[in-house]
Amino acid sequence: MCSEPTGGILDFCSVYRLSAGLLPSGAEWAAFALAAVFLAFIVINGVVAVTAGYTWFERRVIGRFQARIGPNRWGPFGLLQPLADVVKLMTKEDLVPEEADRPVFNLAPVVLLVPALAVVAFIPLGENSFLGRVNVGVLFILGITGLNTFGIFMGGWASRNKYALLGAMRGVAMLISYEVPMALALAGVVLTAGSMALSGIAEAQAVPFALVQPLGFLVFMIAASAEMSRAPFDMIEAESELGSGYHTEYSGMKFAVFQLAEFMAPVVNSVIATVLFLGGAEDVGPIPGQVAFVAKVFLLVFFLLWVRTTWPRLRVDQIMAFAWKGLLALALVNTFAVATEMWLLLGADAQLETRDLWIMTAANWVVAIAAVVVVANLMGQRKIRPEAPVPSPLAKMAAEAD
Amino acid sequence: MTLGAGTEATFATTAVFWITAASTIIAALAVVQLRNLFRASLFLVVSLVGVAAMFILLRAEFLAVVQILIYVGAVSVLIIFAVLMTRDVTDGSPSNRLRLPAGVLALLFLACSVFVILNTDWALLEDRLPADSASKQLVDLSGNAIGADRAAAVEQEVVEVYSNTVPRVAGLLLSDYVLAFEAASVLLLAALIGAIALVRER
Repeated sequence: MCSEPTGGILDFCSVYRLSAGLLPSGAEWAAFALAAVFLAFIVINGVVAVTAGYTWFERRVIGRFQARIGPNRWGPFGLLQPLADVVKLMTKEDLVPEEADRPVFNLAPVVLLVPALAVVAFIPLGENSFLGRVNVGVLFILGITGLNTFGIFMGGWASRNKYALLGAMRGVAMLISYEVPMALALAGVVLTAGSMALSGIAEAQAVPFALVQPLGFLVFMIAASAEMSRAPFDMIEAESELGSGYHTEYSGMKFAVFQLAEFMAPVVNSVIATVLFLGGAEDVGPIPGQVAFVAKVFLLVFFLLWVRTTWPRLRVDQIMAFAWKGLLALALVNTFAVATEMWLLLGADAQLETRDLWIMTAANWVVAIAAVVVVANLMGQRKIRPEAPVPSPLAKMAAEAD
Repeated sequence: MTLGAGTEATFATTAVFWITAASTIIAALAVVQLRNLFRASLFLVVSLVGVAAMFILLRAEFLAVVQILIYVGAVSVLIIFAVLMTRDVTDGSPSNRLRLPAGVLALLFLACSVFVILNTDWALLEDRLPADSASKQLVDLSGNAIGADRAAAVEQEVVEVYSNTVPRVAGLLLSDYVLAFEAASVLLLAALIGAIALVRER
């Protein structure tokens, strides 16, 4: 392993060779472990630092959307605000409800945070970086992001609080529902790219898949924002109904870890969407790949914020109906269209040309617009009719008094 | 059976193997011994993740990921859902008359597993390659002797098998094992329709 020299940013082999050079020969296993720990250290700290910056960005942007200023006091433009937040959260009292299931209660934030971090290791930031070449990358992302269900479950259950449990139950029902259209949307990507490795998918995008499969991209983004339970899908912690849902009873650093996981989700999801649909870290003309990558992620994050501040929250039944009747149908249409096109366009060499991708783009935009119009009309037909108001007994009394 | 033979990381792999094996078994014991049903189902998750880690050690990444997707992501969530709907979760289930049949079934299952484990050819692909260039006798995947000139080709095949398992699994599922695949699909479809029929409002 690692006998041939490889280039690239932060790939396992170059780190491994570096640490093997530092250690005496015969201690290869130690070098192996050292390289793994070093990379894990970089991933975790990098993601946490980016997330801290993102909290500032989100609060400022939402402030602008809501015609207020947002945090602007500490540091230039309020940039040091995340630091102040961390200090505040660390010095807060750590409360555990008396009735709580303590070990489960304490583990829940960690269980929620770890999947989001683990996914990042699979992102191909450049040639050979991290684990980007693992040949089941897409499936791994689906499987690992599914694990955060347990964090929410554990938090809601262990709190021994009705609101927390309600939030957790809603959340889990929603998460497992939206995993289905998400997986189907990814099926289209895997079909077109002919690879499940994230690096392979990024390389296959001579035309970004967001253009080739607009419907798949739409379904993926909607399902992803439901998966991270952000407005308009923030059923899990609907503040006006449930206190703050599954983490109602949490305080101090445990609450901070929950918040970290929640703020990390849009960043991580935008990164995944960039790799799967926007071409990843490929060079765009004269712009180096990594710069283009950051710019695309930034665009997606901003788009998610825009949606978040614009749409009102859906009701529980509307959310479930939307997943099963709307999104699932759209995802199926997308998968079917892509599979048919692949069947027609794949030549004898089983390779898609760039020209074929453009043909698929043209066909899929027609399919996408038609499908969205049809589904929107079908779902919109059953309008919510308010029930006839029950006359108040007070009004009756008032009428009798006259 | 050697795990990860041929890499510099044999010691690390062995250590990881024992840690994973121990935690999987301890978690599995906790599943059956804990009175608290919710904690027991959480330990079931740990145990299943441990099995997924085993698959990774055996270089079956696809199986590992499918294990996590299906058993951890779907089956365990369903079990926990059922647990949350149960009364007296912290007391666990009281023993009932089904103890004896359950024990007999478990023993039968154990016997089946042991039989299968003992009768499976566990040799990894690289075990069939020569340990060093001194041994001239090479064996291909079917066990036939091959010449030394094909050693490089076999080695290439080993690398290809390990680096791209998904198309092979897919090809086998849709050719040799298509009957089992179709049977499972029909079963799942029937279960899906049955579930909808059960909960439909009349």
